[in-house]
Amino acid sequence: MTDKITGAQALIRALEHEGVDVVFGVPGGAILPAYDPLLDSPIRHVLARHEQGAGHMAEGYAWATGRVGVCIATSGPGATNLVTPLADALMDSVPIVAITGQVPTGAVGNDAFQEAYTTGITMPATKHNYFVTSPDEIPEVVHQAFHIASTGRPGPVLIDLPKDVLNAETRWHEPEELNLPGYKPTYEGHPLRVREAVELIEKAERPVLYVGGGVIKANASDALRRFAEMTDVPVTTTLMARGAFPDDHPLALGMLGMHGTYTATTAVQRCDLLIAVGARFDDRVTGNPATFAPHAKVIHIDVDPAEIGKVRVPEVPIVGDAGRVLSQLMEAWGAREAPDRSAWKETLRRWQREFPLTYHQDPDGPIKPQYVIEELARLTGGDAILVAGVGQHQMWASQYWRFSEPRRWINSGGLGTMGFSIPAAVGAKAGRPDDLVYAIEGDGGFQMTCQELITAAAEGLPIKVALFDNGAHGMVVQWQRLFYGGRLSASLLGGEVDYVKLVESMGCAGLRAESPDEVAPAIEKSLSINDRPVVIDFKVDLDEMVFPMVPAGGSNDDVIVGPGGGPVAPASDLP
Amino acid sequence: MSKHTLSVVVEDKPGVLARVSSLLARRGFNIHSLAVGPSHEEGLSRMTIVVDAPELEQVKKQLHKLINVVKITELDPDQSMEREIMLVRVAAPPGRRSEVLEVAAIFKAVAIDVGASSICFQVTGPPNKINDFLELVRPYGVVDLVKSGRVALAREPKTTRQRLKAV
Repeated sequence: MTDKITGAQALIRALEHEGVDVVFGVPGGAILPAYDPLLDSPIRHVLARHEQGAGHMAEGYAWATGRVGVCIATSGPGATNLVTPLADALMDSVPIVAITGQVPTGAVGNDAFQEAYTTGITMPATKHNYFVTSPDEIPEVVHQAFHIASTGRPGPVLIDLPKDVLNAETRWHEPEELNLPGYKPTYEGHPLRVREAVELIEKAERPVLYVGGGVIKANASDALRRFAEMTDVPVTTTLMARGAFPDDHPLALGMLGMHGTYTATTAVQRCDLLIAVGARFDDRVTGNPATFAPHAKVIHIDVDPAEIGKVRVPEVPIVGDAGRVLSQLMEAWGAREAPDRSAWKETLRRWQREFPLTYHQDPDGPIKPQYVIEELARLTGGDAILVAGVGQHQMWASQYWRFSEPRRWINSGGLGTMGFSIPAAVGAKAGRPDDLVYAIEGDGGFQMTCQELITAAAEGLPIKVALFDNGAHGMVVQWQRLFYGGRLSASLLGGEVDYVKLVESMGCAGLRAESPDEVAPAIEKSLSINDRPVVIDFKVDLDEMVFPMVPAGGSNDDVIVGPGGGPVAPASDLP
Repeated sequence: MSKHTLSVVVEDKPGVLARVSSLLARRGFNIHSLAVGPSHEEGLSRMTIVVDAPELEQVKKQLHKLINVVKITELDPDQSMEREIMLVRVAAPPGRRSEVLEVAAIFKAVAIDVGASSICFQVTGPPNKINDFLELVRPYGVVDLVKSGRVALAREPKTTRQRLKAV
């Protein structure tokens, strides 16, 4: 064990030591030394076609498995191409470790070939980053990076390794005890606050849970379900938390916010107690924060203290891990009886009846995107990992898919990265090869990252893709129609792409559905092809808009429920 | 916006100053002054940061998210000692030299460079003393000026000091 090895060998051994089974990357000059020992390692390398793809693959892997995703890129352009996935992972608290090559130490700062100031550029896009100056540091740095990425509020960590450090000799040693005096996440909620929270919950007449992605990160879905049932509190889930609570549960109200269900968004507006768990009061959830949940006292549970009080000052702040704190709350709740909340729940059920999600599929008309989602859910039995890009199709997927389990919904929430779905689906498939992984992507996003289908085909990762093809940046068109007088500036894609031929040329099966009656057969066909990736080009209706909608910055009291329906907020419903 | 003084203990690692200043800029907090140097403990540095922020809680919480930040203390001006050093070159032709030196003597400002037409003073003390001195010499003509940025430490808690007095 004390044989001399190179820094590069130490790096690969350190990754093995962390239990890494797959890495996603693109080689290049400065990172070349690290690629040589990779050939002798049991770690699988998936060769992405673009570093952005490698980064999103690492994210998809992390979302689907709960383990740290790893991506590798070279210096300069390799590293700058990783900036988008790093920023994406920071916004959505996705644990990934990025490894970048750097020009040799002696050349740093000299504008050398393929030099970029990677640690400087990625400083605000990572939870933490490292510039390694000696091969002896590698075991500790890698160990710390995995620890920081996966604990507390998870996030991306980058390790920048100059080529001479990778080539230099060192001796392997087991990483020493973590020495991070400035990093001590709090997991246990303060007992006094827990008691205060229980008192508020016991007194509340119209409580609502506002559940964010933190519940999934903390693997706290079971605890959430038991807590909601024990205290009899209805549950809204954010875009990031879809699947954290089963949609078919009687207490489930679905997604809240800008494109949330009328009932979920309005329940929060009318509630007297809002219990936020692993959520951060994002503007897409709150609308105008000054008018958000105006009657509510707030209990805010989050592992990141900086989220508490950032947007809304809570009555009861609880810093801690979502699962631990929910367990503490249940313990403190003990054998209490939930008060009678039948009037509140009846009101919610009435809203659900009066303002359901609606669309109309004319059998002779163009394909409605919502219909595709519903057919996908029906024909797969909902038994799939669904990976969305960003835009209208993402909202429809979140609205119309009935989620039953965590880690089966993957998307780019905070940063809103178009083109996320295909590489993220590849990463998810690498992490969970036995699961059906279905990506949903708009044609705008598809044209940004579709080359990763070549990766999927070449690496034997047979994902499936539902392409929502409306010839436009659909959400941009929607906003231009609603807020810019219908002036479609630069939102129609133009060009004629034969997606079937395009994906066939990349080693995938290509299918097409142009009318409603072709939807189900195409999906069935896609499910029968498992030896290569499949893409279905669904020609969908560009005139369809995502509703309900709260215009950006507007009040969540003014939910527009449909194209004909202006703001609907029956004041008489205030209990 | 109001000014707040923070005493921040950080790990002595390359790039820490960049992390702190970049974070403050990114979150929209204005740095009024920042001074950094080694602390009494090996491997740790102490920063004294004066920030303009409507609400300090967020500044502290965001800084705490930096892995290399170990401890943050907000210093109450009444319970802490704040000091600055200023070097100021004042126009002082031979005819006015003694007049300028007289003002300087009141403030215990030290003449560290005397030339034919100017004198450079070193003044140390609380920020208001430095500013008072500056205002007094300004009419003579300030040729050049540099300030160190504020450094500060908390006083010992009052109860202990009272007890010491009693002894």
